[in-house]
Amino acid sequence: MSAPFLEVRNVTRRFGGLVANSEVSLTVNKGEILGLIGPNGAGKSTLFNMIAGLYPPNEGRIFFEGKDITAMSAPERCALGIARTFQVVRSFDSMAVIENVIVGSLVRSASAGEARRAARRVLELTGLARRAEAPASELTPPEKRRLEIARALATQPKLLLLDEALTGLTPSEARDGVELVRQIRQDGVTIVMVEHVMEVVMPLVDRAIVLNLGKVLAQGSPKEVVRDEAVIGAYLGERHRAA
Amino acid sequence: MPPDAFARKRRTELGVAAVVAILVALLPIGLHDVYLQNVLILTLMYAALSQSWNILGGYCGQISLGHAIYFGIGAYASTLLYTHLGVTPWIGMLAGGALAAVIALILGYPFFRLRGHYFTIATIVVAETGLIAMINWDYAGGAQGIQIPYGPDSWLHLQFARDKLPYIYFALGFACLTWFVSWLIEDSKWGYWWRAVKDNAEAAESLGVVVFRSKMAAAALSAFFTAIGGSFYAAFVSYIDPDSVMGFQFSLLIALPAVLGGIGTLWGPALGALVLIPLTELTRSYFGGSGTGLDLIIYGLLIMVISLARPEGLTSLVALLGRKLITREPASAGSGASS
Repeated sequence: MSAPFLEVRNVTRRFGGLVANSEVSLTVNKGEILGLIGPNGAGKSTLFNMIAGLYPPNEGRIFFEGKDITAMSAPERCALGIARTFQVVRSFDSMAVIENVIVGSLVRSASAGEARRAARRVLELTGLARRAEAPASELTPPEKRRLEIARALATQPKLLLLDEALTGLTPSEARDGVELVRQIRQDGVTIVMVEHVMEVVMPLVDRAIVLNLGKVLAQGSPKEVVRDEAVIGAYLGERHRAA
Repeated sequence: MPPDAFARKRRTELGVAAVVAILVALLPIGLHDVYLQNVLILTLMYAALSQSWNILGGYCGQISLGHAIYFGIGAYASTLLYTHLGVTPWIGMLAGGALAAVIALILGYPFFRLRGHYFTIATIVVAETGLIAMINWDYAGGAQGIQIPYGPDSWLHLQFARDKLPYIYFALGFACLTWFVSWLIEDSKWGYWWRAVKDNAEAAESLGVVVFRSKMAAAALSAFFTAIGGSFYAAFVSYIDPDSVMGFQFSLLIALPAVLGGIGTLWGPALGALVLIPLTELTRSYFGGSGTGLDLIIYGLLIMVISLARPEGLTSLVALLGRKLITREPASAGSGASS
């Protein structure tokens, strides 16, 4: 059997006395959209940040395409093909939109000119082409979310980690976002997304993993997960049972 | 902006710079006053120094107020090599530049773990330490300094006792070189990476930028060119002592033009030097003194006015005027048609 695309094995992360993740194990299959859900404080962001390389776990290991990446820095993971967005957008505000994306595309380009051409293609894919020369600081909030995704895509990732990329959008903006995520997956990128809004995530993801109190509570298809007794008790609440 | 528009913008920048350089090169024809020639040389030199500082402080966002140490290293390296070993200042300035780059890397290794103001304070402290070390180093002349022995005018020895013109052209060449390096940086991997590091280091790392190495590269390049300025200055004044090439005022004078003109911009350092250096020299000559008082008050006032009125620096003012001119043209054409 070949190694899983991404494997998180018995990972524990503590912040002082707080155990944010406790012996979490999960695998991500190539080509799928995986939703990482759970109530506030469940440890979603901690797990997400460990996969992205912001900080290492205290225990356990993380494997990407069979390689142990547990101790790798964020730039090394980016070179391997892991990209992320941030929950609170972190655009490079002194730079133009296209320059923001060039920073990402440089990692796969031989020259700045090539990076600029690649960035232009990504802007067209993400619907930001007509804002290419605007200062990033002048973008609207939904445009900034798109820029986060565009920048990450420019690194040509195999695995894209989206941290609440669809949160805080209006319903129509969220629908556009969902379309974009589907498009990205169709282009062969595996996606792990942390989300709060169940209505947005559930139709989009192939599989959902529910975290609660730093542990995996349930996993399976969206339909299975929303019917899971433990999930309803801990997260969804009784009103969901009726639905 | 489509790709060819971007290429056109880059070419226009080069063209404007070439025109400015040619105009400055023609300036000495009508400029025979030695005092004004000195002002011109210093303005060009500080434009180049500030452009060098801008690589680390502007593009990469690591504010150094200790660049006097690299300036001093350049001045001492070429002067010591010349007076003790007879090495031409041309080689001396390259040696000084290389030494400054190495020192910048050694200092950067611990300092780039510091952020924001802590980094700036560390640069001030280390420059002061360098100053004290030079005062106590007898081989380098100690507190008394070194006099470069006079010889006949010579490009090889970079010595011109009677004629300022060669210094003007050297300073102009130096300013053009640092400007051109900045122009190259602006559309290069390092340029984009440095600006990303300045804006948000964590996001930059997630996009494959090795932040620490980026800062080190910016520091080394910035120190190299600053030291070349120091070597030139030593040849120009032909006498150096620790205070006159490593004093804190140099750290300020190297950083201020970029801050005034527009930090992290291509034209900011030159524009800032054009305003600041003549102003400094004029206040010195009109109000006397060695510049210990009034010129500093004027710096302070300038910084206050700029930070209140145009926090992005003078270049943003130029850009604003440009936009106003462009938007006015179609408006006036429209009113003309309706009347």
